[in-house]
Amino acid sequence: MTVPLETSVSESKATASRGGVFDVQKVRADFPILGREVNGRPLVYLDNAATAQKPAAVIDAIDSYYQTYNANIHRGVHRLSQLGTQAYEEARGKIQRYINASSTREVIFVRGTTEGINLVAGSWGRENLRAGDEVLVTHMEHHSNIVPWQMLCQQTGAVLKVVPIDDRGRLDLDQYEKLLSDRTRLVSVVHVSNVLGTINPVRRIIDSAHQVGAKVLVDGAQAVPHFSVDVQALGCDFYVFSGHKLFGPTGIGVLYGQEAILEAMPPYQGGGDMIKSVSFDKTLYNDLPYKFEAGTPHIVGTIGLGVAVDYLGALDAVAVARHEEDLLRYGTELLESIEGVRLIGTADEKASILNFVIEGVHAHDVGTILDHGGVAVRTGHHCCQPVMDRYDVPATARASLAFYNTRGELDVLAGAVREAIGVFRS
Amino acid sequence: MTDLRELYQQVILDHTKKPRNFHEMANATHHAEGYNPLCGDRVTVYLLVDGDTITDVSFTGSGCAICTSSASLMTQSLVSKKIDEATQLFGTFRDLVMGNVEADQTIDELDRLAVFTGVREFPMRVKCATLPWHTMKEALTGGAATISTE
Ligand SMILES: Cc1ncc(COP(=O)(O)O)c(C=O)c1O
Repeated sequence: MTVPLETSVSESKATASRGGVFDVQKVRADFPILGREVNGRPLVYLDNAATAQKPAAVIDAIDSYYQTYNANIHRGVHRLSQLGTQAYEEARGKIQRYINASSTREVIFVRGTTEGINLVAGSWGRENLRAGDEVLVTHMEHHSNIVPWQMLCQQTGAVLKVVPIDDRGRLDLDQYEKLLSDRTRLVSVVHVSNVLGTINPVRRIIDSAHQVGAKVLVDGAQAVPHFSVDVQALGCDFYVFSGHKLFGPTGIGVLYGQEAILEAMPPYQGGGDMIKSVSFDKTLYNDLPYKFEAGTPHIVGTIGLGVAVDYLGALDAVAVARHEEDLLRYGTELLESIEGVRLIGTADEKASILNFVIEGVHAHDVGTILDHGGVAVRTGHHCCQPVMDRYDVPATARASLAFYNTRGELDVLAGAVREAIGVFRS
Repeated sequence: MTDLRELYQQVILDHTKKPRNFHEMANATHHAEGYNPLCGDRVTVYLLVDGDTITDVSFTGSGCAICTSSASLMTQSLVSKKIDEATQLFGTFRDLVMGNVEADQTIDELDRLAVFTGVREFPMRVKCATLPWHTMKEALTGGAATISTE
């Protein structure tokens, strides 16, 4: 019998281009949702930082799992369980290769970035932090990379310190170096800011932290959708990201951790799958990575995520990067050319995220008017209230781009922004 | 585009740009702060109540056009209302923006507040329109929100 796993993407489907010319229309055809209309207009989906759309290959893999081999994993001798287990573990291997972890034992499946950070805080943090120790985060962190550390500091008496940012949205690295000391146990930093778009120099941040003996967690939620990440080259101790922002399903994410560190950490949750044997006298925990995967996992999510990274791996990374750079440059120029529009987040090293405010028009009204024109953007504080406070704005509108977006869509965005201004000038 | 214009009616735009009764009230008998964490709308509503009659209303804060204009128009429509009339008006207003009643059934009672009829086509914006009203109700009923007049 052949394994009914449609978990790898055929070359013809995903290979939009080789050798530098990026055929965006061909790529768009891989994403069924991009063909729909909203309010009678073609959908212009510019909310990719919130969640990305899914290629047909991912949707089909989910369908195929439920249609043909749904079963629980790691616990049945029957055929379907074996197929499910195999697909699940294959997905782990795909992720391991995608981020260049040195072993599948270093790839822990979690619900998403948020759970990954909470796992590290709850397990590593509780074990290693004492009163007076310091945890360093930055002013541009997502709430999910602030609150777990605040909670941990409350429990342990450790102190949370914040690296400031400048007016363009860059980290103040001098201050960072000054804040580092032998009290610093952990630095937890976002790789790419979901609001400002800033790509932080994490390699340098990690090296400095290691010099004082601190561990480093990198929140890669917004990095992996834009460029490939090599965790060994970075040298980070932990790296976390969410599947749904990486063109995969919701409810699945990855915590990468260096094996020796994970090995020394106590389990995060107790239950089935994370044990070798249980008695009322003594329970033996399972080996990595299962020690951190208690209970029935999100099997189909994992399989879907594996297919998503297959899909991405088959794209021409250089062409994708050039296309996104072009979109960023084009979109920046367009928005800056509109009177009354101010971009927030203008670092040189930036991913394709355009975050803006319009003078005299509240972001929430911008969102409604844009939606009316079929344009989906995010408005609000983007789970980054400290960033909003830093730039003294109650809310912003954010267009976050993916490789399937086009210049034409940015023209539609600019038109809708002009319309919003028009409504409020009239 | 017609329903966008229905949402952003001239009266709404006017009250957004020039909110009425937009100030703190030193001698307020009641006040409360309302916050919508989803979009960052923030309003503080101040009321001066004499017996069971509202004699003055004002607000401060920052929010979107729907929230700001709703607060502004609310302050105008509450003056000289009895407390239970104000609560009742809130109920009718909420029904209107949620699409539970037709505007023509309530137009007399709501008077100019009927300009918010268009909100029903934008379910994500209902909270913007009702935030000032929730805050007003909180100010009148919430014990902790009552301030002393020194
Ligand atoms: C930078 C960053 N970190 C963390 C998160 C949280 O991700 P999730 O909600 O998938 O756990 C997000 C997503 O909103 C994000 O953009």
